[in-house]
Parts: sequence; C-alpha cells; structure tokens
Amino acid sequence: MEQKSWKPWALLAPSLSAVFFLLVVPVCFIIVYSFWLRAPTGADIPAFQFGNYAKFFEDFFYPSILLRTIRVSLETVALCLIMGYIPAYFFYRTETRYKPALLILIMLPFWISFIIRTLSWINILGETGLINHVLMKIGILNEPLSLLYNEAAVLMGLIQYLLPFMILNIYVSLEGIDKSLLEAARNLGCTEWQAFKEVTLPLSLPGVSAGCLLVFVLTSGTYLPPMILGGPGNDMIANLIFKRVIGTLDWPFGSAISVLLLALLGVIVFTYNRYLGINQIFKSLQSGGE
Amino acid sequence: MAKEPIEQLDTLFDRYMDGKISRRNFIKYLGMAGVTAGIVGGPFGGFTRDALAAKSIRFDGWGGVVSKAFREYAFDPFAKETGIKVIDGEFGDMDTYLTRVKASFPPGGEYNLAHLSGVFDYARYIGLGFGVELDESKIPNLKNVMNAMITPYKKISDGKLSAVPYDLGQTGIAYNTKHISKSKAEKLGASLLWDKDLKDKLGSWGDWRTNIWYAALHTGQSPNDIKKMDDIWDALREQRDLIKKYWSSGAELMSLLANEEIYATVAWSGRVAALQDQGHPIGFLAPKNCYSWQECIFVIKGTNLDYAHKLLDFMLSPECSIAVAKGQKYPPSLDPTRIDMPEEVKKLPAFDPTGKLDGYLFADPEYWNSRQLKWSEKWDRVKAGA
Repeated sequence: MEQKSWKPWALLAPSLSAVFFLLVVPVCFIIVYSFWLRAPTGADIPAFQFGNYAKFFEDFFYPSILLRTIRVSLETVALCLIMGYIPAYFFYRTETRYKPALLILIMLPFWISFIIRTLSWINILGETGLINHVLMKIGILNEPLSLLYNEAAVLMGLIQYLLPFMILNIYVSLEGIDKSLLEAARNLGCTEWQAFKEVTLPLSLPGVSAGCLLVFVLTSGTYLPPMILGGPGNDMIANLIFKRVIGTLDWPFGSAISVLLLALLGVIVFTYNRYLGINQIFKSLQSGGE
Repeated sequence: MAKEPIEQLDTLFDRYMDGKISRRNFIKYLGMAGVTAGIVGGPFGGFTRDALAAKSIRFDGWGGVVSKAFREYAFDPFAKETGIKVIDGEFGDMDTYLTRVKASFPPGGEYNLAHLSGVFDYARYIGLGFGVELDESKIPNLKNVMNAMITPYKKISDGKLSAVPYDLGQTGIAYNTKHISKSKAEKLGASLLWDKDLKDKLGSWGDWRTNIWYAALHTGQSPNDIKKMDDIWDALREQRDLIKKYWSSGAELMSLLANEEIYATVAWSGRVAALQDQGHPIGFLAPKNCYSWQECIFVIKGTNLDYAHKLLDFMLSPECSIAVAKGQKYPPSLDPTRIDMPEEVKKLPAFDPTGKLDGYLFADPEYWNSRQLKWSEKWDRVKAGA
C-alpha cells in the first residue's frame, strides 16, 4: 500500500511542477504586482493598496472596454456557432472515405502562424486587396470599399482563429451520439428535421456549450485581431493590458486589469463547470489531438 | 540571427508587402522562419543561445530597412574583422523594448546594446539604473561626432556617457502626392493631419508623444512648453474621428502608405525616403518645429565593455557610419564640418551641413518624461474614444 501511495504523485510530479511553476507562480506574481505602485520613470514600488483596482472603476472608460470585450466575445461565439455547427454536422453524417482528410483540413490553419493568418486579411480586405480589386475590375464598384480597420474586420479575424475550436467541440459531441437513435426516431415516424431537432440537437448541446465556452474565453484574452485589423475604437481588454504593461510600463495597473479579467473568466468557467461539466472540453481537445 | 519569432515573421511579411519576395518564396521563407523559431524557441533554444554566446554581443534595433543596413554595413564587417559576432534583435517601439529589458533577469542582463531614440529615452534608461560608464579613450572615433549631439547625453549622466550618438531623423508628415498637392501640404503644415477632406484617409503612430507634439503644432503651441492642455486633447479627439488607423510599426506605416489605405500620416523621415526609393508617390513635409530626434547606441549594464567599445568605435568610423546612413536613410551623427559627406547623405531628410543642429527642435527629456504617466494614460483614453 505504501508503495502505491507515492507512485501516482511521482507520475504526476512533472505535470504538477509545470502547472505550479508556469501557471500558479506567474499568477501569484501578477496578483502581488496588482497591489504595487508605479513610479513615473517606470520603476515599480512595492506596496499593498487597492488604488489600481479603484482606478479601473473610477469612471466608465475601463469598464466600457470590458463590456465591449464581452459583447465582441458573445458575437464571436454566436457567429462561430452558426458557422461551425453545419460543417461539424456534415463530418458526423458523411460516409465519405475522405473524412479523416476533411478533419485534417480543419486543423490545417493551426499549421500557419496566427499572426500571418491575421495579417493576410489585409491582402483580402484592403483597399487594394482581393475583394476590392475584383469588384472594381468587374465594374460593380468605382471606389474601393473600406473593409478594414473596423469591428467587422476584427470579428472576421477572430472567427478565422476560433472557428476550428467550435467545429471540433461540436463534432466530438456529435460523434458520441449513437446513430441507431436516429434510425429509431425515423422508424417511429419522425421526419429528418424532427429527428435532428428532437435527438441530434439536444444530445450535441454539451459540445455546443463547450465550444461556446472555449471560444468565449479565447476571444476575451486575445489582442492581435483588434490590434492588426481594428480601428481606433475597437480595442479590447487584452489590448488595454498590453498597452498598460508594454506601452506605459505600468505593470501594477496592467496586473490589476489582468486579475479582474481572470476573475471574470473564472466565474464563467466555474458556472459552466457547475452546471455542464468541464470534461466535455477535455474530450474535445483530446479528440482534436488524436 | 536571434530575432524573436514574431519579429522574424513581421520582417518576412514586411518584405512580402514591399514586393521584394515572390508569393512562392514567401511561403518557403515562412516555413524556414517556423523551423528557426522552433529551434531557437524550443527545447533546444538554450543550447542554441549558449552556442551563440561565445564571443558575441547582442544588439537590438528598429528592424526593417534600418536593421538590414546595420547588419550589412556594420555587424557583418565587424564580425569579419574582430571575430566578435553581433546577434541582432528587433523592436517595434521604445516602450515595448524597455519592457523587455525591464523583464529580463537580472533586469537588463539579457541585453547589451540598443538603438534608442531620443534623449528622453536615454534619460529613462539612466533613471532606471541600466546605464554604464563608457571609456571615451577606447572609442577614438567619438571625436568625429557632433558636439551638439553629445552634450545632451552628458548632461543627463553627470558628464559621462552610457551611449554614443549615432544618427538623427525627424517625424514629419508623409503624404500621397497623387491625392494631396505639395502646395496644399505646405500651406496646411501640421494641420494637414486635421483636414476634414481626408477623413478616413489619415493615419498616425499610436505613440502618445508624437500625437501630443503634432497637436501642439496644430493648436499653435510650443511642444516643449504646452500651456493649454485641454486644447491638445480637444484637437486629438477631433483628429481621432478622421483617423483610419493608428499604426504600430515601421512596417505597418510603409504598408498603409504603399497600399494607399491612407493618404497622409506622421512618418519617420527614413521610412519615407525608403518608400520614395521604391518609387511610391510619397512626399515628406517637415513643418515648422517638426519633431526631431537623435538616436544613440546605448550600452546596457552588464555588457562586456571591451566588446562594446570595439563595436561602437567600428560603427562610428566614417566608412561604416556613412554606409549605414545611406542604407537606413538617416543622416549620421558625424560632424559634416569635420568629415566629408557624400551627396547621397547630404540629400537625406534632417541632414544639417552646419553640424550645430540650430533650429532643430528635440523633445525636452525632463519635460516629457515627467508627464509620461499622466499623458500616456490620457492619450489611450482619447484614442479609444473617451
């Protein structure tokens, strides 16, 4: 028995060490920093005060960026869900022998740098980009459309980044549905649509909710699409953190905003886990890696 | 060279956008950049860095055409002559780089030499304790540098130097000559950046100093002694509604102008000269009290001073300095009354044949650094729509 008791810990030690040193320790640093003060030169002054948190809520400016982040995240989730369910359902139902190849296509974007993928939209949406070029060439437009540096372009950048996460989550959930249930529904008189509505859709909801959570969390923390594709008014909370930490060397305030974002996402993940179970996400991620 | 993976990709994209590499090669280099990033940043990164550490010194600069000029005309010949390899990295702006220096362990310890912009930046590094004391006797070529460029640095560090002045430039206004006439640009001066006819065709750098400086010119105030700050913020709010994009790197500036996403923006003189060289219809305007700056090669605490002295002296030699100036399109710090300059250098924006820099307006380091915290935060709010 004694021999058994240390073995799991020995096996877990590398993972636990990685989590401790690469996650717990940095988060603790951020929390400690959030109470410090910043000198005008950029030097940090150790202290214990809540001024950085008070500053965040002293007027509506910072909360408004947080609210914008939540809004854009929800819009991204909705769009990814609409655009992701259909291909996931197709992968589930298709009998083609090319199914593994199709699934690899979903993973393909991850092989290219996220920055390059985001920058490439400039070549597509820009005033001299592909869309404007074609529309002007065929005479539909006389003047190029301004498609870049606005919220729509940011959403486009976010969707191309996050759509595969949504598709994979839904697909894994669909794959777990016993197809004989659908046959039974059809035998009992359901139409194709009714079978989908009454059987497939409810059983795929854990995957849908896992995908939504993952997309929401990742959107909330990303700053590249707003920075590269957004205009002056499209900054999100991660851009604010980036500017405070990098732009003004105000690590204490940047840390306080990070802690607030962490707390918000923590509440959302906790609520999700309480009612739906976090294990669905792990199942999806495992399947994506297989 | 040991660039950060993101910077490698940025440089690659920069070259692709400039049309210097084909689509096919772009994909090929993308793959190679990925492999390099894997080797340098992956589990073998430590070995790679250790291998590079032998007889080497790190230099961080502005990337793009500037980095290319340094590598080609300074670092490679220096390595050939001395056997000391220069590992060059890049940064997009001064604040980002200072954050990296501050975050390194021990602070500043991973970095050696940096191409800093503005005397105010020198003051920040000295203020944070990142400076060293250079032995001027080991940099004989320092005697050729303009006194007007050395004096401001010595004032900050008690008569000593932790850097050598290297070049100077201006943040003026770049405008597309197909859409904006030279006479209109000259007539409006800084106010061209507030021209309502150019709504959604204007750009600006995201930097707080530059925007406040130009708002001061637009509102008729002295940038180093702004009396009516409310007028500045109002002007910046007004301008924000006309701006299409606040760019964040030299590569992005060049891409926006070259692709005609914007017709006018504040711009670094050297980058504009590079665009003009590539044949783009871009004019450069240096309005009255244009934002001038002098750049230095700063030596960060903990650096091997023997290597640093050798490299700085090599870089200040007239042959190297002039070659770099031609490449990066910024005039050198060498005094033109003591060193003969070729015509190509004399034609560069911001070149001063007198070597005295009279009439050039630089940012007062004390004035701007003491207001950084307050103004940069306020600028972020204004920029975001507040």
